Amino acid sequence: MSMPMHDCLIRMVEDDHPLEDYQSGIPRWCSGCGDNAVLAAVQRLCRDENLRPEKLAFVSGIGCASRFPHYMRTYGFHGIHGRALPIAEGVKMARPDLHVFVNTGDGDCCSIGAAHWLHAIRYNMNMTVVLHDNHVYGLTKKQVSPTSPKGLRSNTTPHGSYLDAMNPLTVTLGVTNVSFVAQAVDWIPEAVYAVIRAAYHHKGFSFVRIIQRCPEFLPTMWEPWLRDPEKTLLLEHEDGIAYSAGLQRIYKNRQAHDPSDIHRAREIASSIDPVPVGILYRDESVPCYEDVREAGKPRPIEMVKSGLEAELDKFTVWPDADETGRTA
Amino acid sequence: MNETLAPVREDETVEPSLPRGSLAKTAVTVLDECVVEIISDSGEGAQRCGQSLGAIAARMGNGVWTVEIIPAEIQPPARSVAGASGNRIRLGASRIANGGDGVDVVVAFNEQVLLGRVRAGELKPGCTIFLESMWRTHGDARIAAAYRETYEELVERGYLVVEVPFERLCKPVVPDPRRGKNMFVLGLLCSLFSFDLKLAREQVRLTFRKKSDTVVRANLALLEAGAAWAEDNLDVKYRIPAVRATEPQIVVNGNTSLALGVLASGMEICAMYPITPATSASHYLSEVFERVGGIVHQAEDEIAACTFAIGASYAGKCAVTITSGPGYSLKQEAIGLAVMCEIPLVVINVQRGGPSTGQPTKGEQGDLLTAIYGSHGDAPKVVMAASTIEDCFYSVITARKIAEAFNMVVVVLSDSNLATSQQPFPRPKFDEAWLAPPIDQSPVPFGTKPYDWNPDTGLIRRIVPGQPNGMHTITGLAHDRDSRVAYDPVINQEAIRARSLKLAALQKTLKAPPVFGDPEGDLLIVGWGSTRGAIEEAVTRARAEGLKVSSTHLHFLQPLQPGIREIMQRFGKVLCVEANWCDRPEDRLIDENNRRFSALAMMLRSRFLVDIDCWGEVMGQPIKPATIHDVIRARLA
Ligand SMILES: Cc1ncc(C[n+]2csc(CCOP(=O)(O)OP(=O)(O)O)c2C)c(N)n1
Ligand code: SF4
Ligand SMILES: [Mg+2]
Repeated sequence: MSMPMHDCLIRMVEDDHPLEDYQSGIPRWCSGCGDNAVLAAVQRLCRDENLRPEKLAFVSGIGCASRFPHYMRTYGFHGIHGRALPIAEGVKMARPDLHVFVNTGDGDCCSIGAAHWLHAIRYNMNMTVVLHDNHVYGLTKKQVSPTSPKGLRSNTTPHGSYLDAMNPLTVTLGVTNVSFVAQAVDWIPEAVYAVIRAAYHHKGFSFVRIIQRCPEFLPTMWEPWLRDPEKTLLLEHEDGIAYSAGLQRIYKNRQAHDPSDIHRAREIASSIDPVPVGILYRDESVPCYEDVREAGKPRPIEMVKSGLEAELDKFTVWPDADETGRTA
Repeated sequence: MNETLAPVREDETVEPSLPRGSLAKTAVTVLDECVVEIISDSGEGAQRCGQSLGAIAARMGNGVWTVEIIPAEIQPPARSVAGASGNRIRLGASRIANGGDGVDVVVAFNEQVLLGRVRAGELKPGCTIFLESMWRTHGDARIAAAYRETYEELVERGYLVVEVPFERLCKPVVPDPRRGKNMFVLGLLCSLFSFDLKLAREQVRLTFRKKSDTVVRANLALLEAGAAWAEDNLDVKYRIPAVRATEPQIVVNGNTSLALGVLASGMEICAMYPITPATSASHYLSEVFERVGGIVHQAEDEIAACTFAIGASYAGKCAVTITSGPGYSLKQEAIGLAVMCEIPLVVINVQRGGPSTGQPTKGEQGDLLTAIYGSHGDAPKVVMAASTIEDCFYSVITARKIAEAFNMVVVVLSDSNLATSQQPFPRPKFDEAWLAPPIDQSPVPFGTKPYDWNPDTGLIRRIVPGQPNGMHTITGLAHDRDSRVAYDPVINQEAIRARSLKLAALQKTLKAPPVFGDPEGDLLIVGWGSTRGAIEEAVTRARAEGLKVSSTHLHFLQPLQPGIREIMQRFGKVLCVEANWCDRPEDRLIDENNRRFSALAMMLRSRFLVDIDCWGEVMGQPIKPATIHDVIRARLA
């Protein structure tokens, strides 16, 4: 997301906000839950960008991940299951001056809210969307999700789930007007921060999938990836993310990827082993729906009045004075 | 009359619906009112002819009510009984508030669509029919035969059938008479009703204002040709006394009126998903909203439309979503969210026949209880119903105000009857107070709580994103005054109490509904929504016969206006009349213990503990005054 000029000016004269200015309450996620990593990264981003808390709106659906806004000392809208995106779109359309973030789970986004997800990509409204993909329904206690690996034993698939997992990255990359897709894994905080930061700076619908561990219901799912750094593929590019020397020492499996190359992005996106981390795709040229619709345009009373009068004129039957009372 | 006119039958067993002329030119017959229909295959311009006639009559100063006759299919086969498309125009010497009973004058472009109207029982016995006669000599022998057979049947039934070769008469004037004959008919009717041709010409120019000069000239020529033909060939002329309006009036249908109300209310965002019969309101709004800085967002479905509107309302000014029955059902969960979070929202439901896909183009009032009790849990919201075309406009303005003043969801109910009917009403005079004030972006005093429910009224002061120091997260979960998720059952109950109290706070500001007729009597009819015109006309007729009947019409259904109990107490019996089903006591299985009452009756019975009776009809057509008149007579027999 880019920032309007007047915000920048105000910020120059304003005090810096410490981290605590963005923190609210004690997260009620399980210990070790990957959602904590996202929260830490987002709060850090807000501090580093020195965002004014009242200009931030975090919108979410329902699920463990969707509790996110409660832990931000900003404006937040914890909505209903699956509908975070259309709520966020309404917020953005009414208030293009707000920075809008969306936190959504894999059930929230890819199942009940799937239709909204596809259309949100197409609208390409300027917002940062974090998909907390823990590959399971957490809040409702372990049911299969669209991103669960085939064979997952869950409470609704006690003998193993029947279908192959949906890949949110390839789906997103297949939709018209896709403008930003990135991925990170919760156990590499530096990467989580870096992709969310890049998403924030992108003007458009920035879709970030965080591979999120759910120690409560899928405690071992990502063990092999944690143990073997070769199973992680860091995407690097001068136009992408630069990783610290420390990280580069651990993760040797790196590849240059130009985020403007959508074909390569789709190939990379389809891999889970190794799991790609970094910016897969970015296109700054896609127009934002709120700009196309000229949202936030000033709307003086005079404009409403003259517009209404002009419309009423179309339908008005005027009395003509000379003929008044002509008929009996 | 020339050879195109059928002779008036000598042995008139059927009384003519209107005084008929003789072959000699007669003086103008003065009528108190007249119902006209113009019907055709779709695409032949009958709608445009009817609407223009209505507008000319309004300019003349006549009372007018026009109703669209819409076939269920987009392109029904030509010359089919089910394919009738067109317009009904009821003209009167004074204000007209419904489509009336039967038709006095019909213009039909083929005999099959006419048959559709005959079978639907819409024609008054002995009415006058102007029928396109080209089918009599059609090249296809079956068509010619069908025409003649129908013609004979109609004459046999006592209708005055005037055969007119419309297309042949238009041929010298325009190259495509199939599309031009509607304006010829307009000219004919203007002559028949002694309308001022100058006003008719102005109306034609207005109707075709977006078209080229050539098109305007051709249509004016058709108008003149039709009027001239009538002057030369018809032996009757009618006049309906009129009082020229001294104030400007606007002529629109209910959906346009709703959309104008959205413009005037100061709302800025309308999120919708297309559904009949609500769509035309959004069509019109899409055309004009941007000019006043508004946005119509066609969402991917109704759930998205409603949540988009909620998001917009949350962060800015109150937004609106427009829909009809099935779409209204899809919005239910989101409406509950707006109730719980106390986000202002206007939801317009232009009702159609249901359940399910039901009768998309037909009217019913079946969503009343869904509107009041819908969503899930205890979700109090305001429900209003528009009862006239004018009401559609002002209801939206009022709804926006209430939504923002009380931070509530306000549902405005209309229906397909109002949606497509036109009636002139005084041109609204713009008032700045209609508009929503700019959103508050001032810093919030420290310690202000987002849900600081007033102990008396339940009201809160809304904090809008962007206000410094006001940061909080709203949630559909039960929450406390700080908007924090509440695990404490006491707080949950406190919040439910507060949201409930708001309805009472609103109710205290409402006025008692007016009584139409005497304030006391033997029978009180209670109605709501689009049935108003028909109910009041039926009451007027019954009162003229000496029956002691009055009516009252409810604008607010939730909360109910004050004073209703007192009004009901002054009548021997109370009867709800609505376009909703209620079990018929005469059905074998129906008794006191299982009879389903109509929606309004059910509500009033439970609120007032009064034995309120009900009558309803779900025939898809607007309920006719004569039908209600019969019901009144039966109830007072
Ligand atoms: C309409 C509706 N249906 C079902 C639910 C129950 N429900 C709440 S969260 C959830 C799934 C959450 O899974 P996900 O979106 O992956 O979030 P997570 O808890 O894993 O973070 C379900 C089914 C609901 N709240 N609302
Ligand atoms: S259940 Fe899983 S996703 Fe939910 S809080 Fe616990 S660890 Fe996190
Ligand atoms: Mg999940």
